[in-house]
Amino acid sequence: MNLSEEQIERYSRHIILSEVGVEGQERILAGKALIIGLGGLGSPAALYLAAAGVRTIGLVDGDNVELSNLQRQVIHFSPDVGKPKVISAQEKIKAINPDVKVSTYQERVYADNIRDIIKEYDFIIDGTDNFAAKFLINDACVLAAKPFSHGGILRFDGQAMTYKPGEACYRCVFTAPPPKGAVPTCSQAGILGAVAGMLGTIQAAECLRFLIGKGDLLVNRMLIFDALRMKFREVAFKRNPSCPICGKNPSIKELRDEEEPACDLKKKA
Amino acid sequence: MKIKINGREQEVSVTDLSIAGLLKIAKVESAEMVSVQLNGCFVDKADTDKTFVKDSDEVDFLYFMGGGV
Ligand SMILES: [Zn+2]
Repeated sequence: MNLSEEQIERYSRHIILSEVGVEGQERILAGKALIIGLGGLGSPAALYLAAAGVRTIGLVDGDNVELSNLQRQVIHFSPDVGKPKVISAQEKIKAINPDVKVSTYQERVYADNIRDIIKEYDFIIDGTDNFAAKFLINDACVLAAKPFSHGGILRFDGQAMTYKPGEACYRCVFTAPPPKGAVPTCSQAGILGAVAGMLGTIQAAECLRFLIGKGDLLVNRMLIFDALRMKFREVAFKRNPSCPICGKNPSIKELRDEEEPACDLKKKA
Repeated sequence: MKIKINGREQEVSVTDLSIAGLLKIAKVESAEMVSVQLNGCFVDKADTDKTFVKDSDEVDFLYFMGGGV
């Protein structure tokens, strides 16, 4: 790949980084990333991946933009209310960077469609709002040996970890979804918009560093922050031998849908 | 005894303290909300009242966070 003059100028602040350079930028320009959920996490992630020049960005979301989304879902603007999120996001990505190819999937992920959706991507960003989707994404990525970034937010708190094939997965940490109602959801508990932005941006940085192949990803560790006190901490872990999907005797051998999304207060459009 | 909870050293005066007991002391509302790591190994949810902490143990609570919306 030969960068055009325009590309050299557009990506000059990346190229000047010794860890990125022309080679790293070319890797980004050849990369394919999938963002599942275009909410508080997926919005900033999509903006940064688009600006960085990721070649193909897949967008998965079945919802339409609602007024209450705009406090944190920064890829959607006021005139987008009522529009499918994948279309709203696609328009912004195209406006930021016409180089980027966008594939839209106006649907939710389920056990019977996720495998086909993730198949052609190099890296997956989980920006979903419910445990059914989070566990499904983990299972699909473990079974298909695809790296992905997990992100979770609640109130002022955020957590992120990255799965790479052969390393600890989300189920190594959280064996199974919590019982319904045990963990409050964002619509019940609230979320500071900027906290979603911090975490979605961390997820974008994981994806970009994965594509470039530099630095230490959040593999085998969870980054946890409390933005009310603005403190970050990290918990290291290893693969869990009793993990139900990547452990010694896995009980999960095929994909299935977990019950009931966590953010069940929200009515489907 | 001194134990490290979420990276912070804390003095605990209770003896024969189980993980389940520690969750209560640490005011974790429900054991369902967290995954517990003891000295780098995850504690099975079914074993929280059979697993005991001792001096200089390190315990981490990892909370479920589902939101992305
Ligand atoms: Zn695992």
